[in-house]
Amino acid sequence: MRVAEAWRVALDALRANRLRSLLTMLGVVIGVAAVVALVAIGTGTKQQIERQVEGLGSNLLIVVPGKLTAGAAPTSSPMTLDDADAVSRIVGDRSRVAVTIASGETVRAGKLSAFASMQGVLETTPSVFVRKLSRGAYLTRTDVSTGRRVAVLGAGVARTLFGDRDPIGRQITIGGVRFRVIGTFEQLGQSLGVDRDNEVHVPVTAAQRLLGTDRIDGLAIRAPDRDRIDQLGTDVVAALTGRHPDTDFSAVTQEQILGVLGDILGVLTGVLAAIAGISLLVGGVGVSNIMLVSVRERTREIGLRKAVGARPRDISVQFLLEAVLLTTTGGVLGMLLGASAALLVDALSPVPAALTWWSMALAFGVSAAVGIIFGVVPAQRAGRLDPVVALRTE
Amino acid sequence: MTSAAIVATDVTRTYQLDGFAVPALRGVSLTVEAGDYVAVVGTSGSGKSTLMHLLGGLDRPTSGTLLLGGRDVAALTPNELAELRNSTIGFVFQSFHLLTRTTAQDNVGLPLVYRGIGRRERRARAAAMLERVGLAHRITHRPNQLSGGEQQRVAIARALVTGPSLLLADEPTGNLDSATGQSILALLESLNADGVAVVLVTHDREVAARARRQIVMRDGLIVG
Repeated sequence: MRVAEAWRVALDALRANRLRSLLTMLGVVIGVAAVVALVAIGTGTKQQIERQVEGLGSNLLIVVPGKLTAGAAPTSSPMTLDDADAVSRIVGDRSRVAVTIASGETVRAGKLSAFASMQGVLETTPSVFVRKLSRGAYLTRTDVSTGRRVAVLGAGVARTLFGDRDPIGRQITIGGVRFRVIGTFEQLGQSLGVDRDNEVHVPVTAAQRLLGTDRIDGLAIRAPDRDRIDQLGTDVVAALTGRHPDTDFSAVTQEQILGVLGDILGVLTGVLAAIAGISLLVGGVGVSNIMLVSVRERTREIGLRKAVGARPRDISVQFLLEAVLLTTTGGVLGMLLGASAALLVDALSPVPAALTWWSMALAFGVSAAVGIIFGVVPAQRAGRLDPVVALRTE
Repeated sequence: MTSAAIVATDVTRTYQLDGFAVPALRGVSLTVEAGDYVAVVGTSGSGKSTLMHLLGGLDRPTSGTLLLGGRDVAALTPNELAELRNSTIGFVFQSFHLLTRTTAQDNVGLPLVYRGIGRRERRARAAAMLERVGLAHRITHRPNQLSGGEQQRVAIARALVTGPSLLLADEPTGNLDSATGQSILALLESLNADGVAVVLVTHDREVAARARRQIVMRDGLIVG
């Protein structure tokens, strides 16, 4: 029997039972759609995070106390601004080093208030991280050295406290202490689950006085060139360990952060896809079941085909193609459905989704494989039917 | 090689039913020459259907030798047996066994599918064969649009489309009224006159009487 003819016969058989064929396909449709949509969401999220981490600025080296290993307890920082100066000398350029001391504080303007993340920073922050102002100016070196009580508001904080009014020059209080607004940031959105528009930047010296400490939480370095970034990290960690022998320090690059996040998201996406794959498996069992029913219903037809010269293989191939046609049609429908769902989610919700060709190709391939795997038993049964018994069936 | 269409020598066929051996044929010897016209008669349970299945290459003897078209059935693989059925034997059944969703033309062309013949040629040959059985005007009709006699003609056209040397008809008139049955028999006889050997299985003595010779079966044996 020619292959084209076998396809035609399979198509005819499926058309003859349209509703049943559709219902049988449904399991595969849902399974494939779920795989495609979930992989798209996983991929989209990963791409968004990568963009955000890269958006922090290039050649970034983040230095924190403690060991960056799973299960390590957070270490309280022994670092002070003197350490930042020491690091600046290693880097050779003060403008490439940023520090931070962060604390959640209530920020008030008149009767309005917001709970914001206060960040005590150096004036170098915009040249180390990518931060753009929408209004006013950033902190100056004098602001930092004199501990002047001035603040730059994140877009979210500015909107909460001042609405559409210009906040520049106005008074606010942070943790009960008066500050003057000198600038606002451009909107940034969420990054790694943190609302980056909810930050308030003040001179690190002012923040330290407010918090009653001379410590800093950590520092970040924008390395002059990518090739030396690992060496720089080693040097900085060595210098800091020399100054604080009791404490471990770690320096991580963007690539390392991305690598860790990518691994986590990859595993997560894989798990989601595997769960969706289970529904594909269930769909396959449905296909197998219906094919067995179909073989039984068409016993007479099988008997007749054998009587006029069909070989066992011809019959098996016919039923196998029927199963494959069912699942691949379901696979294509599922791909369309999953892709539409992913695009809808991307357009209508904050969750990003990115369609990937490999996930669609994989889902299609798997649906064809499901057809073959779950069609083999019914097809073999059909091929082995004794024509004498088959013809006698009423 | 012999010129006989069928040579059966001491053929037996025993079925296993729930562990019991049930003999359906208990030693049948029979020769059907090329172009012969033989009627096999017997009551139900006499073994005539079993014999028919063996002669059609749908089943194999438990013992004895059976030559179809000069080839020993026992020595053939399932694929070779399928090819033998396709090329040398045409079946006509009491209940027609047509594919219900398929036109008369494509029903007739079905055996050619398993010869790897393309659709265009299949349809041409099927149309010619339908014309031969007097159904040129029914080519695109489906079985449910045809009368019983017409359906049996389609089935006969299907049996003939591969140019077989042997036509096996199992109660071909059993589901038809007597006038229609007569015309089907007349058609079979005209085919026989063209050189196709016909073996007709029937329990109807009147039908059997029209054959060149009769084989009477009882309890799995030929008794006359």
